[in-house]
Amino acid sequence: MSASAKKNVTKTAAPKPARPASKAAANPVAASAAVIAGGRKTVLVTGAAGSLAKRVIAKLHGEHEVIAVDFRSKVETDAGIPSYLVELHKRGFEDVFNKHKIDAVIHIGRIFTHEKTRQQRYNANVLGTKRLLDLCLKYGVGQAIIHSSYFVYGASAYNPSLLDEDAPLKATEITQDLIDSVELESLANIYLWKHPQLNITILRPCNVLGPGVRNSMSILLSRPLAPVLVGFSPLMQFLHVDDMAEAILQAFRQNHPGIYNVAPEDYVPFQEAVSQCGCSRLPIPSIPPALPKMISNALNWNAFFPPYLINYFKYPVILDGSLFRKTFGWKPRRNLNDIFSFYRKQKLVVSGSS
Amino acid sequence: MATFGGFDLKQRLAAKLITPEIEALMERVPKPTGSFGYDAWGYNEDTTKFAVAVWKLLYDKYFRVEASGLENIPARGRVLLVPNHSGQLPFDGLMIGVAAATNPHGPRAVRGMIERFFPTVPWLGNLMNAMGGVIGDPLNCSKMLEAEEAIMVFPEGVRGSGKLYKERYQLQRFGTGFMYLAMNHKTPIVPVAVVGAEETMPALANIKPIAKLLGIPYFPLLPLYAPLPARIHLQFGKPMLFDNVDASEGAVCERVEQVKHAIHTMIQEGLAARQSVF
Repeated sequence: MSASAKKNVTKTAAPKPARPASKAAANPVAASAAVIAGGRKTVLVTGAAGSLAKRVIAKLHGEHEVIAVDFRSKVETDAGIPSYLVELHKRGFEDVFNKHKIDAVIHIGRIFTHEKTRQQRYNANVLGTKRLLDLCLKYGVGQAIIHSSYFVYGASAYNPSLLDEDAPLKATEITQDLIDSVELESLANIYLWKHPQLNITILRPCNVLGPGVRNSMSILLSRPLAPVLVGFSPLMQFLHVDDMAEAILQAFRQNHPGIYNVAPEDYVPFQEAVSQCGCSRLPIPSIPPALPKMISNALNWNAFFPPYLINYFKYPVILDGSLFRKTFGWKPRRNLNDIFSFYRKQKLVVSGSS
Repeated sequence: MATFGGFDLKQRLAAKLITPEIEALMERVPKPTGSFGYDAWGYNEDTTKFAVAVWKLLYDKYFRVEASGLENIPARGRVLLVPNHSGQLPFDGLMIGVAAATNPHGPRAVRGMIERFFPTVPWLGNLMNAMGGVIGDPLNCSKMLEAEEAIMVFPEGVRGSGKLYKERYQLQRFGTGFMYLAMNHKTPIVPVAVVGAEETMPALANIKPIAKLLGIPYFPLLPLYAPLPARIHLQFGKPMLFDNVDASEGAVCERVEQVKHAIHTMIQEGLAARQSVF
């Protein structure tokens, strides 16, 4: 890929200096937001092609200057938003920091566990994040929000419920395929205490679902036939992607560095969620324990029922999200039925059109 | 959950077993649950209702349980029920659960502590969670007390349930974990004496090699491998509250002895008042 392609800026979105605050004050809504945020900032959002980042960008746009970055594709953005196709762990990424005076970074971009090889994921997720944080240090970025995952806790039969943020991260006990998720977190943790000026906030959401979401759980619930383990229906928490976007926005606006679980106070067993989403259940024998992994491997179910996530379909990982809810005064606005009804309706549309 | 047999069968059974009386009592249980009727530990309203209805038959017809002192269970707010343990299988716990759930003074959904291997057993793990069972992790207990739950703890553990018939009604060593929980979370302890459960499964010996082979705590030699229809009497004592001033091991053990003594006294009273075992 040529250097010019990497830094391909949309025509309408030529980088420009931050607008003076007086201009923002002309718009009362923007003005009030600017007061909360302490002025208009330039915010770099990674993973901009994803559904969550798109929502975050839409919410930020208008209040702040947004710069969209993704490694998958150059994102078509609204007018006034510069967009870059760049890989975080490659040299070209620094040009973005050279070109813009970045005040804050919202790091959502991640290669999912079902995408690419373990090594490629490690490079992009772990080394890429390290590079991002190093650049934040070098260019005096004052705030960084890291989007992590509940996967880091690991699904185990011995998990107590309502895990606090200080519970041990046991995901690597289960599989090497989650090493990058845990490593990314420990890296962010090191920078969190070593460089307080970065104001790092790490968010660990439960399952995020909704229109456009392409994680394993969302892909699984979009299917008409969903594999379930016979005799196991772990309790789960689900969050609408709009609520997660709002959580990220609150974390950015209020800036209370630390580690937070992001999860609602509502729980539903996995198999119930599968039925509620209008999926038919495909029972997978759960004994001996190696069997479901073999089935997943043989049928290449990597995208939605990957062998290394089998334990998450077997044992619960329930988060205590009270710290985040209290600290940021955030509460999900969509309930479980709102979330599931999207998947139900989606199936009706598909079956109706065929 | 509804993976046992056909869904219709379960519904039919439920319609038959869940009497309006049980329905009305379960309505009064002060237990917040989410939009699908579950709480964070897997408790489910419908499953618990069904379970209470099933165990109530055993409670009324088979063990002919008599419960006294039910007014001592607080109608709401955190509480630790601390009974003696006996009878090889946890029928004592189940009967206490039924007594609390059908308590006319204020029904409660009591959370029992289950062994850590249960979640690894298909169906059974989910079922026990849905009935209110939780693995006995201190973090679970702390969070449940903070959520104003009623928890049942057997401080004797398998030492109590696995003891032989010749050791009946002799309280075994009490663990101290429950006292730390009570002190740290300002929780009243309701001591409970169970009389009669010892006679449901009178163990003559513990066949240790078989227990070891099966990976279970004990394997009793029994005259009959089914519970005998012994009458069970449950006595709920006055709530005991302990402050958190002196939390030294010595002071905690002394407080545990106070609870143990209260249970011992109630057991002796119960045995003296008992007219027939069966």
